[in-house]
Amino acid sequence: MVLFAFVVLIPSVRGVYYAFTDWDGLDPSFSFVGLDNFVEMFRDPDAKQAIWHTLLIAVSITIIQNGFGLALALGVNTMIKSRNVLRVFLFAPAVITPIVTAYLWRNLLSTDGAVNSLFGAVGLDSWQQNWLGDPDLALWSIVGVIVWQFGGYSMVIFLAGMQSIPKEIYDAAAIDGTGPVRRFWSVTRPLLAPAFTINLMLSIIGGIKLFDQVYALTGGGPGHATDTLSTLIYKDAFTLGEFGYSIALAVVLTVIVAVASTGQYLVLARNERAAS
Amino acid sequence: MNRYTRRTFSLELLMVAIALVVAFPLYVLVNLAVRPPSDTSSPLRPTLTPTLDNFTQAWQQGALGGALANSALVTVVSVLIVIAISALAAYPPARVTARWSRGVFLLIMLGLMLPFQLAALPLYQTMRDLHLLGSAWALILFYSGLQVPFTTFLYIGFLRALPRDFEDAAFIDGCTSWQAFRHVVFPMLKPITVTAIVLNAVSIWNDFFTPLLYLSGSTQQTVPVAISGFVGQYVSDWNLIFAALLISMIPILVVYFALQRSIINGFAGGLKG
Repeated sequence: MVLFAFVVLIPSVRGVYYAFTDWDGLDPSFSFVGLDNFVEMFRDPDAKQAIWHTLLIAVSITIIQNGFGLALALGVNTMIKSRNVLRVFLFAPAVITPIVTAYLWRNLLSTDGAVNSLFGAVGLDSWQQNWLGDPDLALWSIVGVIVWQFGGYSMVIFLAGMQSIPKEIYDAAAIDGTGPVRRFWSVTRPLLAPAFTINLMLSIIGGIKLFDQVYALTGGGPGHATDTLSTLIYKDAFTLGEFGYSIALAVVLTVIVAVASTGQYLVLARNERAAS
Repeated sequence: MNRYTRRTFSLELLMVAIALVVAFPLYVLVNLAVRPPSDTSSPLRPTLTPTLDNFTQAWQQGALGGALANSALVTVVSVLIVIAISALAAYPPARVTARWSRGVFLLIMLGLMLPFQLAALPLYQTMRDLHLLGSAWALILFYSGLQVPFTTFLYIGFLRALPRDFEDAAFIDGCTSWQAFRHVVFPMLKPITVTAIVLNAVSIWNDFFTPLLYLSGSTQQTVPVAISGFVGQYVSDWNLIFAALLISMIPILVVYFALQRSIINGFAGGLKG
């Protein structure tokens, strides 16, 4: 507990205080500037953009990654012979260091990289893109990389949820003559509520805090097209020396995480209760 | 529904196809890592004259051996500390229903919510004042503090579901609380301990942001930062970079495939709490 206070609580409280100062990280003398950092944020187009990107990434990852994970789980949780092998392989990317997979993808997504070569090889030349260099595309490329890496993670959690559903319920549904769609919607979906809660919480918080992949894939570029709050916090503090401002951004990040996770938790907890 | 029909077979084919697409980046990774720099054909074409030169070169120039050792040290020591503290810290709040245990529980929840970015910069200053910047101990200290709330949370959930009868029996036999915990409770916590080890080890080993801040400029790098520096240094020498990436993945993948059952169950199980 003491350790926890030392590395998390005390620095966090001090962080909130620094957000109201013009501290540059080195100079022991700094002054209290009130809300200036926050006012500046509203004028700073980079900050506003970064907040928007953060939200956009978090929401898209949450939807796409869990949709993909759920589809994989439904596919694997069947009679297919390769189900155990598939589970192991599809989950594998999730344990590999994110920064390492991000560098791998930086090469794959380059203009003469493997992804474009693959499209070229199957005659889809028109699909070839400058994945990371095009400001309109770069953000979605990052989302794609994360879905690739963590789709299997969502799958594993959904699978664990599916395997805890008693088989008798499906037998009963089969006797009642329900089709596969109805079975999914009326049996699997409500009974997966706890798995949904965990998956959605993890992906939204992970998406909001995202740093490694952006840093390695685009560095926030081209321009500021993919800067998120986390990368901006890092840049402002360590390349521009604006610690006070950077921490003010971190406070905003904290508020977003807190609001998103409690809000989501309350909604999902209500659904869980409704389902049980 | 339990027969292997033609539809099951087409589903099987579809799933295998998806798995191949997911595995595609790894094929390219291996393919380019064994390719001599002179071969500039398409990244898809299998390398006909594979070489291990990239690996020896990346190993020597990237100081990867030291980084792997450093990562292993930080991960193992941090995980041991986290498990020891968390299992003990979870016991009173889960068992004693005093008023303060609720306070501790709320504090732990708060620790789960605070993003690290808020604490990172002030802690940077503290670490500097303690002359811990650039040392593996800064990381061990940091992870121990950071991961304890989450791990304690896992343990509390598990402990609450565990019947008290065994401990009561131990007390009747004359055990002290510590003996009861050490010999009766802790062994029963094994499933959640496995989960806690897996989750903590993976997140500590893979963490990039913390060592980037606290070890920057130091010779004691962990693997993610060493890789990042390596990429920065050999910007477009991708054959070499890919060899380095592959070296950094091998230990994880070996452990993963060896222990895949407990690792996957660990990820899935702990999060049910």
